[in-house]
Amino acid sequence: MATVPLSHALLLSAALFAIGLAGVITRRNMILVLLSAEIMLNAAGLAFVAAGSRWLAPDGQIMFLFILTTAAVEVSIGLALVLRQNHLAKSLDIDAAGSMKG
Amino acid sequence: MNILFYVAAAIAIVSSIAAITRSHAIHAILFLVVSFVSISLVFYTLGAPFIAALEVITYAGAIMVLFMFAIMLLNLGAHAVQRERQWQPRIVWAGSGLLSLILLAQLAWTFSFGKAQTGSLPVAPSQVGAALFGTYLLGVELASMLLLAGLAGAYYLGKRSGEPEHPKGGADGNGPA
Repeated sequence: MATVPLSHALLLSAALFAIGLAGVITRRNMILVLLSAEIMLNAAGLAFVAAGSRWLAPDGQIMFLFILTTAAVEVSIGLALVLRQNHLAKSLDIDAAGSMKG
Repeated sequence: MNILFYVAAAIAIVSSIAAITRSHAIHAILFLVVSFVSISLVFYTLGAPFIAALEVITYAGAIMVLFMFAIMLLNLGAHAVQRERQWQPRIVWAGSGLLSLILLAQLAWTFSFGKAQTGSLPVAPSQVGAALFGTYLLGVELASMLLLAGLAGAYYLGKRSGEPEHPKGGADGNGPA
């Protein structure tokens, strides 16, 4: 068991969140935008687990489980949309999704 | 064990940066698998062995395989990497990098106060299970409904447009093209 300062674990979480944010803003490939969103969700989960470890409580880990569920659903819907969009627009460019119709 | 945390954290940050900057999508996914495995080690050192296992099984395993399958299904071809380089000249990283650095500086400044240490004891999986199916039972039910909605949505969106609902023709399913 390591007893690192809580602030270091939260700093790691903040750094990963910032990396994911830069990816979401910058990338144009839809798959890589989804990938960056995964990094951000994981960073948020890391903050929950670190806080749960600080108070020796299971609640942080349970929040991570819920984040995991949300991430799985988001990815499955997102990738289905990407496949559909690639079929219709023949492009993975996220700007091409501007002309999406229902 | 402290050194384990810092080494894993450094690997996670470096491989995440590599993942978002690669032009080849498969390379990005493989870097992200490395990142998730090292974050799993971080979870283990923070006293969450159950979450460490779930991180490897679900994130590094299931979700990344889903991404792999999507890329294989897209059948991108050889010019995809070239087009990706065309889309991402280095200069576009300046603005988003600056914004992210400002956010990171703010968060780092906020987190730098306080002397709290993370726990000296691991939180056992049995404790997590007892709380999950006790206090948070309603959340588990909501998560199951979310997963069902995700399943139905992915099935609907994944269906090719223009295909009939029920294939006509014989019972063997070989309908007219």
